[in-house]
Amino acid sequence: MSTAHSGYYLPHGSHWPIVGSVGLTAMLGGFGAWLNGSGAGPWFMAAGFAILVIMMFGWFGTVIRENLAGLYNEQVDRSFRWGMGWFIFSEVMFFAAFFGALFYARVFSVPWLGGAGDGFLTHELLWKGFEAVWPLLEPPAAVVTPDSNPYPVPKGIIETWGVPAINTLILLSSGVTVTWAHWGLKKGNRGQLVLGLIATIALGVTFLALQAEEYVHAYQDLNLKLSSGIYGSTFFMLTGFHGLHVTIGTIMLTVILLRAIAGHFTPDNHFAFEAVAWYWHFVDVVWLFLFVFVYWI
Amino acid sequence: MSAKKTTRRLALTLLLSAPAAALAGAGSGWGLLNLPEGVTPISREAYDLHMLILWICVAIGVVVFGAIFVSILRHRKSRGVQPAQFHESTAIEVVWTIIPFLILVGMAVPATKALIAMEDTSNPDLTIKVTGYQWKWRYDYLDEGIGFFSNLATPEEQIYGDAPKGEHYLQEVDNPLVIPVGKKVRILLTANDVIHAWWVPALGGKKDAIPGFVNEWWVRVDEPGVYRGECAELCGRGHAYMPIVVEARPEAEYRQWVAQRKAAAEAEKAAATKTWSRDELMARGEAVYRKSCAACHQANGEGVPGVFPALKGGRITTGPVREHIEIVLRGKPGTAMAAFGPQLSDVDLAAVITYERNAWGNDTGDVVQPADIAAAR
Amino acid sequence: MSTATTTHEAHHHDEPPRGLKRWLFTTNHKDIGTLYLIFSLVMLFVGGIMALVIRAELWEPGIQYVDPQFFNAMTTMHGLIMVFGAIMPAFVGLANWLIPMMIGAPDMALPRMNNWSFWILPFAGAMLLSTLFMEGGAPAAGWTMYPPLVLQTGEAFPFLIFSVHLLGLSSIMGAINIIATILNMRAPGMTLMKMPLFVWTWLITAYLLIAVMPVLAGAVTMLLTDKYFGTSFFDAAGGGDPVMFQHIFWFFGHPEVYIMILPAFGVISQIIPTFARKPLFGYSSMVYATASIAFLSFIVWAHHMFTVGMPLAGELFFMYATMLIAVPTGVKVFNWVATMWRGAMTFETPMLFAVAFVILFTIGGFSGLMLAIAPADFQYHDSYFVVAHFHYVLVTGALFAIFAAVYYWLPKWTGHMYDERLGKWHFWLSVISVNVLYFPQHFLGLAGMPRRYADYAIQFTEWNQVSTIGAFAFGLSQLLFVYVIWKCVRGGQKATAQVWEGAKGLEWTVPSPAPYHTFAEAPEVK
Ligand code: HEA
Ligand code: HEA
Ligand code: HEC
Ligand code: CUA
Ligand SMILES: [Cu+2]
Repeated sequence: MSTAHSGYYLPHGSHWPIVGSVGLTAMLGGFGAWLNGSGAGPWFMAAGFAILVIMMFGWFGTVIRENLAGLYNEQVDRSFRWGMGWFIFSEVMFFAAFFGALFYARVFSVPWLGGAGDGFLTHELLWKGFEAVWPLLEPPAAVVTPDSNPYPVPKGIIETWGVPAINTLILLSSGVTVTWAHWGLKKGNRGQLVLGLIATIALGVTFLALQAEEYVHAYQDLNLKLSSGIYGSTFFMLTGFHGLHVTIGTIMLTVILLRAIAGHFTPDNHFAFEAVAWYWHFVDVVWLFLFVFVYWI
Repeated sequence: MSAKKTTRRLALTLLLSAPAAALAGAGSGWGLLNLPEGVTPISREAYDLHMLILWICVAIGVVVFGAIFVSILRHRKSRGVQPAQFHESTAIEVVWTIIPFLILVGMAVPATKALIAMEDTSNPDLTIKVTGYQWKWRYDYLDEGIGFFSNLATPEEQIYGDAPKGEHYLQEVDNPLVIPVGKKVRILLTANDVIHAWWVPALGGKKDAIPGFVNEWWVRVDEPGVYRGECAELCGRGHAYMPIVVEARPEAEYRQWVAQRKAAAEAEKAAATKTWSRDELMARGEAVYRKSCAACHQANGEGVPGVFPALKGGRITTGPVREHIEIVLRGKPGTAMAAFGPQLSDVDLAAVITYERNAWGNDTGDVVQPADIAAAR
Repeated sequence: MSTATTTHEAHHHDEPPRGLKRWLFTTNHKDIGTLYLIFSLVMLFVGGIMALVIRAELWEPGIQYVDPQFFNAMTTMHGLIMVFGAIMPAFVGLANWLIPMMIGAPDMALPRMNNWSFWILPFAGAMLLSTLFMEGGAPAAGWTMYPPLVLQTGEAFPFLIFSVHLLGLSSIMGAINIIATILNMRAPGMTLMKMPLFVWTWLITAYLLIAVMPVLAGAVTMLLTDKYFGTSFFDAAGGGDPVMFQHIFWFFGHPEVYIMILPAFGVISQIIPTFARKPLFGYSSMVYATASIAFLSFIVWAHHMFTVGMPLAGELFFMYATMLIAVPTGVKVFNWVATMWRGAMTFETPMLFAVAFVILFTIGGFSGLMLAIAPADFQYHDSYFVVAHFHYVLVTGALFAIFAAVYYWLPKWTGHMYDERLGKWHFWLSVISVNVLYFPQHFLGLAGMPRRYADYAIQFTEWNQVSTIGAFAFGLSQLLFVYVIWKCVRGGQKATAQVWEGAKGLEWTVPSPAPYHTFAEAPEVK
């Protein structure tokens, strides 16, 4: 450690963070205004998003240039690793909140509304007739106050062993291809790296396409919507946030692919590749939980 | 009350009231320093536990703070002491891990017993369903088939300082909850809009009233009397204005009261079938409005800008009658405007709508009859 | 500098850039620390003024100055701003200033991200404050944002949610940076078990932050979709449960309160040994106790929800787990007392605040323990007894620790000694008025006054008036604090490198004021 210490790269001031703050604020402020019915909202949102994209190009561009210039030593690399690792952990906790909601609904609130355990009187006095089953197609309001039920009642749910199972295979294979690409990188085999990345991206895109198709099916054929009671809420929020992460992961993989083609990365200096690979594996693991707890059991 | 408890209380009162008395002598609130012991088995459990833990904490505090003060007085540089250099002792760390642990176990045992007793709502003599509304309570006697709303009775003038405040300012209601003495009353709690909490200190505690779920609590009041409490979960603008008053009456008086209530309900039913004059409706409507609507739309009908719309010269209150009946009957989901259909009788609804359409210069001249409401339901 | 390679030489010139750009673009941990501390001070005043609005309205029963809706908005904003704007940023500011100096690092591990962590805050704060001017008023459902009430918020609603998202993002990035710094940037020989306790407590706090801030983000996201996109997480009619929000919120919220106190423990563990001139008693047990508190903090959340009607087994579990926290916290208190015991104490302002912290925090801890007893909490819950509890741990706990830290390190930051006489005045005024302010709130709560009340029954008048007097006195005393800082920044007696006779640690080996870049060359720690 001592040798690395004095060579720690300390950047000069940077304007990108504050640009990022402006972008974020404009984006979220615009979204908020939009939700309040303001016509200017979407414009602010788009402008904010554009600023954020510019910021990312600028910021990552600087980092890449510094890295290529050899300014980073091993210790800097380690800082990036700790940073990325714990960032992914924070993402895990974000998903944990939604999984928590899913488990709470399945184990507590829905059974209580159906009269189980402490919910006996809740059921008798307020929700008589409601039946607690999972997947919950008919939420309490659909049974007890059908006239004013705001929650569209689905006709069915997504078949586990259809698209979701295929998607599981796709994501698992993409974990293999990205590792294969990594091997290529470590061996100095650029062809294998590029090919592996292309395969991974292709699998990611296929996954997203199938997921989109599945959403259309849910909305159009099954009447299963985000607003279909707690089942629809947990289903779409969990799979939706996962899909968003796959999208982000795919974009990041694409950037890595372009950089690989441009000749970046060496067998012993390719943290960016690894960070994205970790992210991809994280997205993969989240999917496995989704497959088991949302689609399957 | 045991002698031991009396001395304990006396000691506490002396300890705590000395500075207070010095401050003000006889002012009414100065003496309010501690949890009331209350009038139910549960409230006594809570009180005893409270005193137990309080004294344990005081004792630990005396030891810990005592050590600090001794240290401050004796181990100060200005007295020319040399600092010792000890800084570790596993033995002592173990000791001051284990002793607090044992003290905690000593607290946990009575706490567990009390908790189990409190949660035991089985075998009630009587069950009352309590529903929280923004901002009033409704009481339904499930075994008797009677039910009514309980609203704040303190006049607005007192709140805004235009009249002197009465003795029970904000702790008085039009229709108190009446219960029989010596009976186990099971209280079922739920809410209509947001979460409220039903708290009467003398009855031993509170439980949340949660929309869509039913919670349970029980009381057995041993002494007749009037016990006052409040809503204890933030529920919006009128959170401080939905008090609870419980009257515990001897069994016979309670029975009498139930009979009266039932007779009044019959009379109300009959009233819905007759045709009302405009003046009758206006008089009754004003009363209903003050009770049920003024909390938001204000007595002068001007509302609270940005939060509650003005009904004076309002679009709906001076527009088509149908829409007016609709919004009052069914409310507006997603806003604080609740559906009053299930809350008010046809007569009251007809009256309040008539009132709103003719008060504050909304001179539409419309008269809405109970039958119109029944038709719109 | 001699062995530093030439490429890096350029980055080590010791002059900060000038003008506004220095502050907007800075990547220097000391500048960023200063920004955090200034922001926090401003927010303390903003939140404090809201508290004074609350206390003024509560001077007597009846509605005097503000509408009850606005009163609730004041309570809500006061809680949010104090927690996210005043206390947390103050500790992150201290971490920025001190951690690199304490572990012998040249800067934080990720300096550019460090800038971003800070520069999200003013934007988030502005977004939150802007809700005061919106149709329907600022959020008024309490800092805990319980549905369904919070869903009745007007135009402010999405901005409330998004500002919480931004604040969370800032905290997460800050925490990641602190972890990377502590794990990766220690000088040779600075083993984990040699780190100053302030560094240890922050390492553990940073883990709490990255574990729970995303959960809060998730919770408020569900609020957003429930209001605008038809989900029914918190609506029984759709199969959800309003109480579910409370579980998720408090899974964040309870660790959050330890996020605000663990760094305070760290500060106190630095200060007491210095002024007792005696090493900290039980260093390793302090580390283990901190870790135990952090671990336990994840399994006690529902003690905020004893009255929601949980199953009995749940109530018992959360009661026992909560009580257990008294054990490691007790270890800390006893260790501080043992450090003072047979020391040679002097009582400069930092030490005064530290000693007051130990006593007053313990009082707050005792009331916490009383609250943990579920059957008694049925009485205490949502009363002013709770308000008294958490202000003892937050104001005389966290805030007093921040005061202590500022006085302790101010000479290191500015190069000047602060005015000791005024510092002592600030201490005595604060410590007396703060007890006048909060002690009576115990009585009010026990006697039956609910919290979040704009108006109250007449028997509560007397103690409310005492409390309000205390509030204004305490608020005024803080003007003195600002003056002392201002005066110290402007000039004063030159501070030596070590500053305090008993001070130990790397930060006391560099000159005062600490140079813009410290430890370009790693110090050797033995
Ligand atoms: C810095 C912040 C902080 C800290 C450190 C604590 C510490 C503790 N808190 Fe507190 N708490 C809050 C901030 C904090 N709290 C806030 C903000 C709220 C309200 C939130 C809201 O609703 O808005 C709250 C509310 C709150 C409640 C909910 C009350 C209610 O709403 O009904 C409870 C209940 O159990 C509780 C318990 C505790 C306990 C047991 C501790 C323990 O950690 C205390 C441990 C310390 C000691 C016990 C003293 C020292 C120990 C000894 C000297 C050893 C020997 C002692 C014994 C064996 C007794 N707290
Ligand atoms: C996190 C830290 C923190 C801090 C530091 C404080 C500081 C203070 N708080 Fe607290 N408070 C909370 C956190 C905090 N609070 C939380 C989380 C809640 C719960 C919110 C909720 O229920 O949702 C709460 C709620 C709360 C309530 C209950 C409100 C209610 O239930 O309706 C009250 C009432 O007295 C109160 C008072 C005060 C006061 C008087 C101070 C004082 O210490 C403030 C002192 C500072 C100043 C006063 C500013 C400085 C000076 C000036 C501005 C100069 C001008 C001065 C004069 C002209 C006199 N606070
Ligand atoms: C808890 C607060 C609250 C109470 C109590 C309340 N209202 Fe309302 N009321 C509202 C709100 C909020 C709206 C606005 C709804 C919207 O956004 O359109 C409203 C709207 C209305 C409107 C439509 C006004 C317009 O011009 O859009 C009428 C009429 C009305 N209320 C009548 C009543 C009557 C009659 C009562 C009592 C029986 C009552 N309200 C009690 C909150 C309340
Ligand atoms: Cu109902 Cu507060
Ligand atoms: Cu807690």
